[in-house]
Amino acid sequence: MKKLSFSNIMLWLGLIFLYAPMFILIFYSFNGSKLVTVWGGFSTKWYSELFEDQQILDAVWTSLQIAFYSASMAVIIGTMAAFVMTRFRRSWGKITLSNMITAPLVMPEVITGLSLMLLFVHMADLIGWPTQRGMLTVWLAHSTFCAAYVAVVVSSRLRDLDLSIEEAAMDLGATPFKTFMQITVPMIAPALSAGWLLSFSLSLDDLVIASFASGPGATTLPMIVFSSVRLGVSPKINALATLIILSVSLIAFLLWFFARRAEKKANMQ
Amino acid sequence: MKIKSLFGFIKGRHLTMGIPYLWLLLFFALPFAIVLKISFSSAAIAIPPYEPTFNYVDEALNIFLNLGNYLLLLDDQLYYMAYLSSIKTAFVATLGCLLLGYPMAYAIAKAPARLQTVLLLLILLPSWTSFLIRVYAWMGLLSNNGLINNFLLWTGVISDPIQMLNTNFAVYIGIVYAYLPFMILPLYATLVKLDMSLIEAASDLGSRSINTFWRVTLPLSKSGVIAGSMLVFIPAVGEFVIPELLGGPDSLMIGKILWQEFFNNRDWPVASALAIVMLALLIIPITLFHRYQARELEKDL
Repeated sequence: MKKLSFSNIMLWLGLIFLYAPMFILIFYSFNGSKLVTVWGGFSTKWYSELFEDQQILDAVWTSLQIAFYSASMAVIIGTMAAFVMTRFRRSWGKITLSNMITAPLVMPEVITGLSLMLLFVHMADLIGWPTQRGMLTVWLAHSTFCAAYVAVVVSSRLRDLDLSIEEAAMDLGATPFKTFMQITVPMIAPALSAGWLLSFSLSLDDLVIASFASGPGATTLPMIVFSSVRLGVSPKINALATLIILSVSLIAFLLWFFARRAEKKANMQ
Repeated sequence: MKIKSLFGFIKGRHLTMGIPYLWLLLFFALPFAIVLKISFSSAAIAIPPYEPTFNYVDEALNIFLNLGNYLLLLDDQLYYMAYLSSIKTAFVATLGCLLLGYPMAYAIAKAPARLQTVLLLLILLPSWTSFLIRVYAWMGLLSNNGLINNFLLWTGVISDPIQMLNTNFAVYIGIVYAYLPFMILPLYATLVKLDMSLIEAASDLGSRSINTFWRVTLPLSKSGVIAGSMLVFIPAVGEFVIPELLGGPDSLMIGKILWQEFFNNRDWPVASALAIVMLALLIIPITLFHRYQARELEKDL
């Protein structure tokens, strides 16, 4: 038995603090009673009601599409920026780029959302595009703020890489682009996929920026959840929340499992 | 000039830098310039709902700078109080995150290496599930007939439910809960690099553990404390979702006011002015964060 130090006790308390609300939520999603706080027996009726709600299903599909495209674009922009941040000489351009890319990490969301929305209105005014705000504008907005997270994840990986392998490839006559695609990308692949997944979940999750950047044509899942939660606690949302929590945990567990297996394999060789 | 030689001139290097640079100029820097511009215009019943600030008539460029929005912010108690209470709320919540997060980060950094990845995953996992849903989970817990009140009534600690939902207390809980991982990660990153021999040396020289913590561990992890605090404090100042769902009508937060001005009152110029003043207030913490980051980058290189 390890001795219980103050920091270990705090770690356990903190973990309970983080997880207890979610477990209680999952538990109450199987509540038969319409009143969220009164236990009315085990039931899965909220799940079947959830799957009959066309509005929610449409929003899920919209959100998934936006998240997929945003994550892909964010990986491209973020990786390029990370490359500039770690491999380019110190210059004025490099410093402004790294400042701009990390700014969305801390910027309050209402400011980012408001400014992007005003940009789209101005662009529509000046060049007639975008004619209306919808999935495309949400995609642009999400790609921009997700790129910040990708840049941080990828640049920390790029910094740890052994440069001599890339130099060897270039010495052997590979062009910089070919070296990047064939040597660098496979080596930073874990960071790229981590960045993609992070962006995907950030985009799925975002309410504030999506509300500003979206028009009547594109309602994302958080926007629907927010408007129904505002009216009070509803058991249908408990069921939806449970499904989200379980699917994220499953994906995270699988990723961890495969990463550990790959690590074990690498250690055996 | 032939097309090919033109492409030869634009090298891969330029493209690698140019594409993200252009993207960020267009979708990050330019929008702020527009917010600044609109904050100087006046509201109008039109689409878009504000008067133009530039006007080019008869070869004369007229620029209208309306300072009214800023004067309104100074004049109206509501906005002034909202800024103050946003900063207070963010400060209290950041302190809460630090008090809970520091020992947690310390415990993870001291755990065996195999356990560290699992613990970090456990800390991160909640932040991958929906932010909105985590805030919502607290609504059910904190309400007057919620689980916490029911439990306290049942045990007989209290005879009447305590009002917890729709108070500032609920907002603090919500922010600490939602932002805790952002505090723990940078703290862990600095604590795990901490040279243990320094702590051993301190205890060899007779320092008690509390003294060692204040004089050795804490100063060495200062950069993590700053980064974590800024990652919590800055977004918390502009927080909208948490005060809207957990806070009461009296818990004013500037993010909530901005949202209302924009969506409910459709007063875009005042919303823009609110955003500009918020940014001005956050300039110092944002520069602090960036300075820390720059130093970290140089250390690593």
